[in-house]
Formats: sequence, structure tokens, C-alpha cells
Amino acid sequence: MLTRREFIKLCIAGIAAMSLSDLIIPELARAFQTPGGRPMVIWLEAMTCAGDFMSFLNALRPDLQELLFKTIDLRYSNTLMTGEGRVAITELESIAGRRRGEYILIVEGTVPTMDGGTYGLIGHHPDGRPFTHLEAVRLLGGGARHLISAGTCASFGGPYAANPNPSGSKPVSAVLERRLVRERLVNVPGCPIHPDWLVGTLSHLLLYGIPDMDEHRRPRLFYGSLIHDRCPRRQHFDDGEFAAQPGDKECLYTIGCKGPVTFADCPVRKWNSGHMNWPVGANTPCIGCVSPGFPDRTSPFFAHLPDIHIPGVKRTADKIGTAVGVAAAAGIGAHAVASAITGRLSKNLMEGTEGKPAAISGAARAAVPQKPPGGAGGAGDASADAPGSSPGPGPGHAPGRVPRGIRGILRRLLARVRIKRGETRR
Amino acid sequence: MGERVTISPVTRLNGFWRIDVQIENGVVRDAWSSGIFFRGFELILEGREPRDAIYLTERICGICSSAHGMASSRALEDACGVEAPRNGVLMRSLIFAADMLQNHIRHFYLLAVPDFVEGPDMPPFLPRYNVDFRLSKNATERIMANYLESLKLTREFLEMQANLGGKAPHTHGILAGGAPVAPDADKIRYSLSVVDRARRFIMEKYIPDVYAIGEAYPDYYKIGRGHGNFLAYDQFPQAQPDGGPVHKGGVMIDGRVEGLDLETITEHVKFSWFSPEDGPRKPGVGSTHPDVRKVEAYSWVKAPRYNGRAVETGPLAAQWIARGYRRGISVMDRHVARALMTKEVAELMREWLLSLEPGKPVFESYDIPAEAEGVGTVDAFRGGLGHWVRIEGQRIARYQIVTPSAWNCSPRDDSGQRGAVEEALAGTPVENPRAPVEVGRVIRSFDPCLACAAHVIRDDGSSEDIRVS
Repeated sequence: MLTRREFIKLCIAGIAAMSLSDLIIPELARAFQTPGGRPMVIWLEAMTCAGDFMSFLNALRPDLQELLFKTIDLRYSNTLMTGEGRVAITELESIAGRRRGEYILIVEGTVPTMDGGTYGLIGHHPDGRPFTHLEAVRLLGGGARHLISAGTCASFGGPYAANPNPSGSKPVSAVLERRLVRERLVNVPGCPIHPDWLVGTLSHLLLYGIPDMDEHRRPRLFYGSLIHDRCPRRQHFDDGEFAAQPGDKECLYTIGCKGPVTFADCPVRKWNSGHMNWPVGANTPCIGCVSPGFPDRTSPFFAHLPDIHIPGVKRTADKIGTAVGVAAAAGIGAHAVASAITGRLSKNLMEGTEGKPAAISGAARAAVPQKPPGGAGGAGDASADAPGSSPGPGPGHAPGRVPRGIRGILRRLLARVRIKRGETRR
Repeated sequence: MGERVTISPVTRLNGFWRIDVQIENGVVRDAWSSGIFFRGFELILEGREPRDAIYLTERICGICSSAHGMASSRALEDACGVEAPRNGVLMRSLIFAADMLQNHIRHFYLLAVPDFVEGPDMPPFLPRYNVDFRLSKNATERIMANYLESLKLTREFLEMQANLGGKAPHTHGILAGGAPVAPDADKIRYSLSVVDRARRFIMEKYIPDVYAIGEAYPDYYKIGRGHGNFLAYDQFPQAQPDGGPVHKGGVMIDGRVEGLDLETITEHVKFSWFSPEDGPRKPGVGSTHPDVRKVEAYSWVKAPRYNGRAVETGPLAAQWIARGYRRGISVMDRHVARALMTKEVAELMREWLLSLEPGKPVFESYDIPAEAEGVGTVDAFRGGLGHWVRIEGQRIARYQIVTPSAWNCSPRDDSGQRGAVEEALAGTPVENPRAPVEVGRVIRSFDPCLACAAHVIRDDGSSEDIRVS
């Protein structure tokens, strides 16, 4: 089995040429060839568009069977399960009653609290009473061995909790006991979630315990660096070359890109099973969908924020692109180049994720629990993700660079994992 | 008196849905369709930058996000008076079409097949009703193998969307004014290979599997008829070389096919949990204000009506209106129509890919006017989808969305007329009310998406007592 250090290296590398799932799933399968068997998973959809589940299905290469039928034991999923109505609800209640402490709860979607939670139901109890999302999250959350908020809605509220939040929607962390949140909850945001982020987090939980998290309870493995710092268009930013409209090849900052305030590894990981592309690669601005402030504090999507805070730049966005702004931006550039030369980024990323015991309590102490904002907006700070206060790594990294040491791990893994490259990479 | 059976939740669809049926002498006499969650997307959109609506409305549904992107872009183009260049129209039509194939194939295998074919004895195929599985062991094994292959193939459609639009679901590649990604030889060649694989799968697996199920369940060519009235919007608007749609939309009322008049569309809320208005309103001037105390209401879905009539929308409606399909109106006809549609769309995608012109523009810039109104309609995967936008002070003043699933899964309207699914359920035989597998077969033939019926949903428990005479 991979050591934790090797595992973390693999996650951070975000090698665009292959899927993290391809490498990790066989490791997981091996880990669960034990008498305990496959871990039981409940995928609970609260108020959601099901986009996270759809995205999760995209992870499953080379084979859906591998994850769904051999690695985890998916007991409840509104989108996929054959059982319906009373049959489905009875199954859910029986797991909640008899399998406490055994199952992993993955919640997708926000939790409506208006009118006692009756704005959102997962169905009805066999006796006819409405079964609200609120009730389901609390019931199942209490007995879960691991708790994952999958996607931005469950993590921070997301679009349905946006102003004026007609359903009174809250993130999962806001409706569970504080103790539970502190000890067990991991937020894995994204609109939708990237399958690697979920599979990687789930694997870490199962193999090594709670991963190291930032103040928003996001694993640093995937949310440890700013998009801006690993963006392939960073040079355009540093040179003051900005896009005038979607479709242009320059830096998209002035037409709304939230990369400078968004912590995610999209530039190196990229999206969908072939690790195809990402929003900036499609010549459109990053809309900051992993941020606690999405969408209220990351919109308008196509207009740059008036007082966005970029580390190292003490100027308002209006000045970026003018001669003064370019000079300031060039300052970041010089810093970035220096960091890249010393290879500081990968070192910082590793430091940001290691040295914490895998035990729940230790990891929980290490992460500062903080009540995420309700997502209803109203905060005066225009930055989406409060980068200034984040203990994240410094800027500077040549995009696509594979940190040293990874190659050896990869070679070892690749010898074991059959990757049908010809099938998905052209 | 008969027996009332509740299925809540109806699974294998997007969103949360409850169905009540009244069964007498082994046959469904009446049905109530009830959406059980409410998000209020229209309210969330008010006051925002109009261009944000494209990406935000995509988040109504993670299964059909590109359809909302298309309708929203078209509504904004209508309001701003901008026309996308042909290359841009084709690029976004390709994203939309890839999503359509993904939707139809995933719907059939993942969502509908478990109603007819006995899956392996493990979750997520267990628990289930163990009744009325009629396919041979061989056919069952073949279809379950295709179930797994369909997942692999549909992932490739999403990869193709990502290639052309950044990521999927929730693509960035559909914009008012066109598309942000220009075609090049690599993208065209890559997409062609996906489309060709899809065409083989559709011809060799999907269509034969649909017919195989139809052969084993011939009674389902007669079950689930409904009102027999159809609506379809223009399909792939602007995608023809002359800028027209691939197929003209229309309605079929009482067997007569006519052109569409959007002005006759109204939304009724008598049986929905929304503040009563002074009668049914047109979507452009409608409102969406939850009222959970409304006693006779039983759904968060509004009841859209065309010229006062409840209509069905979706691939079968499109096949009848635009392509002269006349085989019938039933559960199996819906599956057949959907499969035929995928074949046709895969052919279209091939044509579009070959007519892309690398180097030509894909995007036309525009300004948001101070005041404007626009409508964007598109025949989406589940049927006619319309977005109505009103802009004031360069911001969204009003936004209304009428989704396919609102047409199909609506409750009764102000005059008591049943929605399409409610009507289709009437007359369905149910062998065992404890295991009403037949009901699921009828309702899933509509490919319902309750998250898409956006206005939707709440239940305070009082609906147990609701009886609509």
C-alpha cells in the first residue's frame, strides 16, 4: 500500500495526463480485501441539482464496476437505486438504526430550513409523515463513521442559498452538532465537485483518517493553492495582457476571473475523466465555484470585482491593467518566478498537508473549526475566499511541473495499474 | 372505494417527487403528481447581472445543465438583439447535443431499465420489487453488460463537452453571443471519434435493447397514453445552414398539428404552493411566491398550459410533431422515440463537426441594454424548455422558467384538468399495490426531472388528506 506521504504527493501532483481515480481505486480495492469488506456508503441528496453525483460518475475509469461494485457498497442514492418509495426509505432507516458507526455519509446539496425544513423532502416515512432533508442529515450524520459534504451546496450553501435564499438553505455544517462537525466533517466543495477531489478525500479518510484541512474544512490536498498561482495564463497577467471578451487567449482577470481568490487545483488537474480542460482553458473566467462565497461574492461572473484582494497587490482591481497596476502585477510575477526556481511551491504544499496524526481528534485540533458563512451574502469583504488570512502556500509554480519524487511512485503504480491511454487520450 | 398508494420518493430521477395513485379493481383510477422541494430560482435571479443567469440556471439541473445554458443564452440574445456567428452556434449546439445523447442513454439504462430488467443481487439494484421480470437470462445479462458500457460511453460525451466548453456538468461553453472555444482540427477529430463510437453503440446496443424490452412487455405499447396532446419547441435553433432550426416546433391538439403561439402559454397555481394570482398568468409576467399554507395545493410544480390545454412534451412529442412518427402513444413509444432521437442527433453532430470552419469567429460581443425583454426556447432532452427574462437598469428584473418536467409532471390546473403524467397513469393495471412496479414504468417513460421543474416543492404532511374530486 502507498504510504501517506506517497499518497499526498500523488494527490498534489494533479497530473493532467491521468486520472487520480485510476491510481487510487486499485489501492482502495486492495485495502478492502479484508474481512470487513467494502465500506458502506450512503449518498444522500439534499436540495441539489444532482450535478455532484453526475460528476462523481465521471470518475470511474477504467471501469465503473471497479468503484461502485468492487470498492464501495453504495446503499442509498436517490438517482441510482432501484428501490423506491417505502422500500427505499425503509432501507435508509434500517441502516441508520442498525449500522451506526459503520457507514460513510456523503451529503450533496444544501439543507433547507425554512418552515422547519419542509421546503425539502427526501420522501415520506412509511407512516406518511414528511421526511425532510434536515431530519435525514441529522439522523444519518449522527451515526456516520465519516462525513463528507460533497459539492459547494453541502459545503457552503451554494446557489440555492444565494440571496434572498427563499428556502432558508444552509450548509451541512450549520445543521449538525458542533462536536460532529469538529470531529468528522470534511468539506469537498466544487460546483460540481471534481471526481478526483471526492475519490481522493474518501481514500484518505479510509486509509489514513482525516486529511489536513484549511479553515473552511477543505482538504489542503486539493484546495491548498490559488488557481492564480498555477494558471497557465499567469504570464499574461504578469505582463498586463488582458482579455477583452470571452474567447480571448489572454489573462481573463479583467473579464471576471476569480482565479486570484479561489483555492483549487483546476489548472493542473483539469476536468472530466480524460482531464480534458477547465473553464480558463475554454477562454472563460473562473467563477470561484469552490469558494464559500459562491455565487453571491464571486458574481458578477463576467465583471471583475471592484476591491478584490490579491496577495501582494495592495491595489484595487480597477488599477490592474493600467501602467500602475501592471507594475504591481509584475511584482507578483518576480516573486512567483523566484518561488518557482527554488521549487518552493511543491515543498509548501507538502508541508501544508503533513505532520498531522491521522487520528480524528488530532487532525481536528490541527484544523481551526470555523462556522462557514451561510452563503446568503451580506459580507462586506469582496474577496471570495479570504486569501489573505489563509495559511495556504506561497505563490509561484510552473504549471504542469511534476514535483520530484512523484515519478518514482508513478512508475511503481503504473506497473500495476492498467491504463488504457489510447482509449481516452487522443 | 379502492386503495390509495403513495410512492415517495420516486427514485431514479433528478429531484424529489411523490406520486399518489387511487387503485380500484387492480387499475389506477386517478393520480396526483407532487413535487416535494422548493428552491425559488426565479427569486434568486432577480437583481443579478443578466449574463450570470446562463451559468446560474445551469445549476438548476446537473443532468441537463447545458439545456438551461442554451435557453438562457437565447433569451439574453433575444433581449440584447445579438446574433451568434454560425461557428459559435455549431459549437454550442455540439455541447448541447452531446449532453442530449448522454441524457437519453443514461436515462434508459440507469433510470428506466431497472424497472424491466432484474439487476444483480447487490446494491444499488437491491432492495427492489421482485415482480414481473420477463426477460430471459441471456437478454438480462446482455442488457446489464450494456448498462455498464453505457456509463463508459456517456462519460465520453461529458469529456467531449469539457473539451469544447471547459467542464461538464455546468459547462462554460455556452454563451449569449456564441461560444468561447474556437474549433480546430484536434477538437473536430476528437469529437468525431466520440460521435462515431456513440453511433455504433446506439445502432448495435441501445435501439436493439429498447425493442427487446418492448417485445417482452408488449402490453406497454398500450399502457400510459395520457391526453394525446403534444408540444415541441424548435429543435437545435439556428443550426441549419440558413439559420433556421433543424425541426420546427409545434403543438398537436386533438390530433391536429399546428404552429406554436407562445402567447397562449399560461401557468396555473391553484393546486401549487404559490400565492394565488388573479387567474393564470403568462410566464413573462408571472410571479413565484411560496405559500405553504394553501390547503388545496399539493405540489411545488406550477401547471403550465397551452391555450388552456395540458400537453405532453419530450422526444415522443417531437417525433410526432416534427418527424411524422405515428406508431402510438404509450410507455414503450416514449422509449422508442427517445432512442430514435439519439440516432438522428448523432448523425446531425457528424454533419455539424464537418461543417465547422476553423479560423472563423465563434463569438459576437454585445452590450446589456438598460431595458429589454427576451424569450429563449429550446427543445431540451425532456421536451420544451423556455426562459423569459426582463431586464431593467441592466439587471434582471424578472426571470421565469417553464421546464419540460413542469409540463409533464404538473398538478391539476385551475379548471381541474390533470397534468400529463397524472393523465397517463389513469388506466394503468397494478398487479400488487404493495409493489406497484407498473406505476414506475409509466412515470419514468417521461424521463421526469423534478429538479428541473424549478419552482418546486414542499409538503407539510397535510396532503395526506387532500382529495381532488
